[in-house]
Amino acid sequence: MRARARSILSRLSLRGRLQMPGWARSFGWLLAESGVAILFALVVGGIGIAVFSGLLPNHAPFDFGLPVAAYGALWSGAVGSTNGITSTLVYATPLILAGLGVGLGFKAGLFNIGGRGQFLMGTIGAMSVVTLLGNSLPGPATILLALVMAAVFGGFAGFIPGALKATSGAHEVVTTIMLNYVFVFVTYWAISGPLRLANSPQPITLDTGTRGADLPIILGRDGHAGILLALLGIPLIWFLLYRTTLGFEIRAAGANSDAARYAGMKTKRLIVLTMSMAGALCGLAGATTLLGVVHQMAPGYDTTIGFDAITVALLGRSNPIGIGLAGLLLGGMRAGAQAMQISPGVPAELVDALQAIILLFLVINMLRRWRATRPAGGSMAAHAESAEIGALSAEVAK
Amino acid sequence: MSGIPGALDSIPLLGILFQLFGYVLANLQYVSNTTVAVAVPITLAALCGVMCERSGVVNIGLEGIMLTAAFVGWLVAAAAAGALGVGTPLPYFGITLPLIIGLIAALVAGMLVSLLHAWLAISLRVDQIISGTIINIGAAGITGYMYSLISSQSLVGAGQFQKLQVPAGVVDIPVVGWLINAIFNQGPVGLVTIVIVIVLQIMLFRSRWGLRTRASGEHPRAAETVGIDVIWLRYRNVVASGALAALGGVWLSMEQTGNFNAGMTQGRGFIGLAAMIVGRWTPLGAFGAALLFASVTGLSQSLTISHPTGDLGNLINGVPGEFWEALPYIITIVVLAGLIGRSIAPAADGQPYERESAS
Repeated sequence: MRARARSILSRLSLRGRLQMPGWARSFGWLLAESGVAILFALVVGGIGIAVFSGLLPNHAPFDFGLPVAAYGALWSGAVGSTNGITSTLVYATPLILAGLGVGLGFKAGLFNIGGRGQFLMGTIGAMSVVTLLGNSLPGPATILLALVMAAVFGGFAGFIPGALKATSGAHEVVTTIMLNYVFVFVTYWAISGPLRLANSPQPITLDTGTRGADLPIILGRDGHAGILLALLGIPLIWFLLYRTTLGFEIRAAGANSDAARYAGMKTKRLIVLTMSMAGALCGLAGATTLLGVVHQMAPGYDTTIGFDAITVALLGRSNPIGIGLAGLLLGGMRAGAQAMQISPGVPAELVDALQAIILLFLVINMLRRWRATRPAGGSMAAHAESAEIGALSAEVAK
Repeated sequence: MSGIPGALDSIPLLGILFQLFGYVLANLQYVSNTTVAVAVPITLAALCGVMCERSGVVNIGLEGIMLTAAFVGWLVAAAAAGALGVGTPLPYFGITLPLIIGLIAALVAGMLVSLLHAWLAISLRVDQIISGTIINIGAAGITGYMYSLISSQSLVGAGQFQKLQVPAGVVDIPVVGWLINAIFNQGPVGLVTIVIVIVLQIMLFRSRWGLRTRASGEHPRAAETVGIDVIWLRYRNVVASGALAALGGVWLSMEQTGNFNAGMTQGRGFIGLAAMIVGRWTPLGAFGAALLFASVTGLSQSLTISHPTGDLGNLINGVPGEFWEALPYIITIVVLAGLIGRSIAPAADGQPYERESAS
């Protein structure tokens, strides 16, 4: 019984090794691999939709036309019209910014799950500026200051877990998650306290539009200028990572922290710096969402960007360009999900499920490559915090 | 308040502490009941973490396992109640057949999710934090999707497990009776949790299984040389521990309430993870850490419900209510950061194991 179970397990574990040809190390291969993972996820998700289609009103069980209709609506909602494309870009903006933040952490071997809290703190930072300045400065100046303050607040939210890790060794996975809850309560407090609009019956903040602090619309109906910020962030972070000393140190610390320290790099300082920068990027994601999309914070203001950004960063292999593409993909799915929920009536939560399934197929795939390309012995890779991410990003970097 | 207590009250810091102590004592019945109730799911998640990490597998998918089990248990129980009828509950705990079917389904679901984690972490040697994250995102997404599908069906749940009633004579005894009531006035899952903590503590440090588990978590290669099948042992531990986290999910959707809500775990799995670290990877320690966290929650809830008077009341009025809600998380971070040097993870925790013959 035991031996049989073990043999089944070992067969399940994809023991076969692939011989990697040279061209496989190219970006195109990574793209193809992600495409395969996405395709598999869509197929599995589609089967899921069909199996449970009977639970929807006016649908027969095992209706295999439903997933086709749902994906059709998803596609046309995302890229089928000018408004759809604008909507995709708007959804992609915070995903790319926060994804760059999480990806930067991955490069340094840090797993930043604190995107949610950093996003919220960034939102508070931006809203504080608008609330304090009011109409005293011209709109563009207020916006600029709000963005800076969002980066500072978000950066502070990232600094805390970074400093805790550097000084006491407390693992950032646990501290960032705990801090998420703390910052959620800070947000509730800020909305009902210092940021509350005077003389309003409910605890609610002012509308940034009334202070001329909305990000200008540059595209279609609601394509705000934050899109540019995200598009600008991609080359900036790429330059930081691959063309500066700091970026080299971050990548070195991520690939092998011990070696980086022996080489004279101040790894503790790098941890604090990287987490702060990651937090600042997530904070900017919060500011663009506030000034470009929601304009106002109501009670219970929250976000799902934290986990979505992890998906984006993993899907983009922590590479800024990959993150840009992954952000667009996920943004498109989010934009299309709204259309899908209206027309064939498939719940928008499908996108959350699809995210996980995409990642699942991705790691299964990624692993084949990782196992095929890494040196024998396993111990070196095991020491790196996120071994296959490090290995893959090193390949992308070449 | 006069005489010595009055004199103590007038000393600045000590007075406040004294008043706090008096307040806790006066509200002990409420605080202790809340504390035990809040601690149960956190403890179960932490125990799942202890079992996994002691054998060398990091599991941050606790949250996802709990959520999946909470959903599956609730759904299957409701479906069973619809198909078989609720029937007459047993005299103890209000146990009905649909509830039992739901419980079994939840445990199986939790173990299946754990099996996925085990396969990814042990056989595929995927980064275990990423694997856990996938489970968390997937559980939230899939249960959210299914719940949103089902919510249009107006499904009636199968009810919930009932609490054990402590005789009124015992409950009315000050302090001792209140504490006994807090421990025993629970449903079956809550009571079983306390038993599991003790059994697991003994098993982990006094049994052959415990020694083997700890060996493969500390030095898998050495364990393998003395004939322990590390891969198989890790598989067994991870899958079996899934039932523990699943029990936490059952507590949420079938004992504390009779309902499921999207995302109802609300970070309890993650807090369990912190409790495990603070409790130094031991079942008793994790239980203690969960109780610490829960007592802060219980106290802060009590402070918002029955407001203290005097200097303490003034002090608490000056602090926003959200602070008290955030306090348990802040304390977890502080304890974690302060303790980490002395709280050492199993040496091979999170490292995939590969047999020498395989490489």
